[in-house]
Amino acid sequence: MANFKKATSIGDWFDQRLGTKKIEKIMASEYWIPKNINFLWAMGMVLAITFKLLLISGIFLMMYYKPDVDLAFDSVNYTIMAEVGYGWLWRHIHAVAASVIFLIVYIHMFTAIYYGSYKQGREMIWISGMLLFVTFSAEAFSGYMLPWGQMSYWAGMVITNIFEGFSPEIAGGMLNAPGLVEWLRGDFVPGDAFLTRFYMLHVLLLPLAILGLIGLHFGALRIPHVNNQDGEDIDFEVESKKYLAGDTKGSKVMRFQFDFLSKDIFVLGVFLTFFFYLVFYHFTFALDPVNLDPANGLKTPAHIYPEWYFLWSYEVLRPFAKDPGLVAFMFAQVAFFLIPFLDRSPNVAPANKRGLFAIWFWVMLVDMIVLTIMGKLPPEGIFNVIGGVAVWTFLGLFIALPIITMLEKKK
Amino acid sequence: MKKKKLDKELIILGVVVFFSLVIYLGVETYAHSVMHKTVESEKYEYKDLAALSKTGDAVRGKELVTGAGACTGCHGIESQGMPAPMDALSAAGAYGVNPPDLGLSGVLYEEKFLAELIKNPTKALKVEHKFSADSPHPMPGFAGAGGDLDQEVADMVAYLKSIAPAEYTNKQAFENACARCHDMRYMKMSGLGDTPKFKFEKDTLAHKIKILEYKDHLSAYMGSTPPDLSTIIVARSGSFLTTFIENPQSHKEGTAMPRVGLTEEGATKVMGYLTESGDPAKDARNSLGWKVVLFFIIFTVLAYLWKQSVWRKLH
Repeated sequence: MANFKKATSIGDWFDQRLGTKKIEKIMASEYWIPKNINFLWAMGMVLAITFKLLLISGIFLMMYYKPDVDLAFDSVNYTIMAEVGYGWLWRHIHAVAASVIFLIVYIHMFTAIYYGSYKQGREMIWISGMLLFVTFSAEAFSGYMLPWGQMSYWAGMVITNIFEGFSPEIAGGMLNAPGLVEWLRGDFVPGDAFLTRFYMLHVLLLPLAILGLIGLHFGALRIPHVNNQDGEDIDFEVESKKYLAGDTKGSKVMRFQFDFLSKDIFVLGVFLTFFFYLVFYHFTFALDPVNLDPANGLKTPAHIYPEWYFLWSYEVLRPFAKDPGLVAFMFAQVAFFLIPFLDRSPNVAPANKRGLFAIWFWVMLVDMIVLTIMGKLPPEGIFNVIGGVAVWTFLGLFIALPIITMLEKKK
Repeated sequence: MKKKKLDKELIILGVVVFFSLVIYLGVETYAHSVMHKTVESEKYEYKDLAALSKTGDAVRGKELVTGAGACTGCHGIESQGMPAPMDALSAAGAYGVNPPDLGLSGVLYEEKFLAELIKNPTKALKVEHKFSADSPHPMPGFAGAGGDLDQEVADMVAYLKSIAPAEYTNKQAFENACARCHDMRYMKMSGLGDTPKFKFEKDTLAHKIKILEYKDHLSAYMGSTPPDLSTIIVARSGSFLTTFIENPQSHKEGTAMPRVGLTEEGATKVMGYLTESGDPAKDARNSLGWKVVLFFIIFTVLAYLWKQSVWRKLH
């Protein structure tokens, strides 16, 4: 049995029993962060706080929301918006945060791609991050069903239809899943069973998965350490000793708490100012007007489109016939996971110092934006042509990635 | 060195903001401009209708409006002590929809719209495609009482304007102009007016049945049940609602919804009522918003100063 002494303070009492001082060192004061980073490194904190806003506002919304096709719409648009004190505020925070979190996720992802923060031991950071992206997507989609508006219903219809699989003629029907769509919906069309199970997914199963994955994502950072904006290989052992010895100016690293945290919180302040401006004065982008008409299975909306953050992958599906479209769509879902292995160059450096990869990066970014915009526009005329070119460019970029990175000179 | 670093961060911020804005402008501003037809507002002027050419006399107008076989044969004017000849449900059974009370007409509807409506209802209402000699509009056009038709119509309009109140509420405007076809379940309003609270459930259900019967008549008359408007103010853009109310045919050709002929003030009141129902937190939002934003601006400034003080030992 361990030797317990009379505690000298409350902190000491806990430390003897839980090792809190050691935890504090590992997690905060001696969690070392390189100094040569910019504000993009604060996106992790911004994401964590936005997720927390979603969690808290979601808990309040859950107290009044009713997962029943007859009650859901009015429980959101009447009970929460008109009867519950500040219900409207929680709803706006939830809706705006759900949209904005994806903007930050994309910034976070493209930061990692730009600085090559997914290789040389950082593969699991990237993969756990991509798993988070996928679970967040499922979380966003399931949440979008809940207000049971026109877009909830019709997007639910369109997206669950994808699970039908390939046409029965392909591969002797082996890639076709008869009955799977109905099994997922619990009915032939989205209805009460559908709504209630998406409610369960949204408030329990997916948040649990997200919390677990956030733990994994943070844990994955521990051993390889966070990357820096020069791709410099820092000896954290040596540099942290230098810092602890008092040479805080000469050391290449700093403490997470409060050195880096003070900057995180400043960036967070800028973000939250912008965020609450959106919540109060510019929220319609996050509350699609079409979804403020109650769900009606007999009345198809003139335009069905997903929320903006799914548009690029929706567009990948659209220019093709059913079966090739599904192949392209599945490719798009998997492709980003594979980036650490498709990038054959060992160089960890900003894209602009990596020759052809710099071109690859900017073309990819612009192409994703083109896909996003085309995904919203009606599929007709010139939009079809632009969308088609953008999809082929997207697919081509992933095929080109191993080739151009193999050609890259070693540093 | 430090200055250069700050510049770099600002450049990165510029890149992030630029691409975010491109996405926003593309998927919101541009895509919506492509998806939604733009209709120019005519500012409730109804240019296709002729202005009144005669000056009306309210006293003679009263005789015409309230005389035997005239307007009050079907319409009530509660404010003048003339209740509607039939209750709302029976009226809907007889005409398809309950004819409006005329007490507010003089302020709620544009005068040239009223004049045209009296003479030629289907033209004023823009529902000529729905009615014909074989299936006439339930309101017969006024063919004149023996004198100059335009003078008589001007007299009737003058009377309606003379009895109209100077002040009226958003709710009254909506009730007269819209509620006879459109429910507002969030405001507990139907074609039968406010839904009362009953002591006994059987009375509640009996009232509900009357509402359903009213809707059956309405649906047979209109071709389908007009939508509930509880959330319409947030489900459509302001410019859509304005131009749709001005002329429903401009957005939905062939729709059974008639032109309403509201004055600009009347339309503002109707929109006000739609906002009370569909966007009830608007005032609370605007009064709280700037305080929260200001809080975070101060928070950010303090955080920056704190960061500067912490980082002084690092560089």
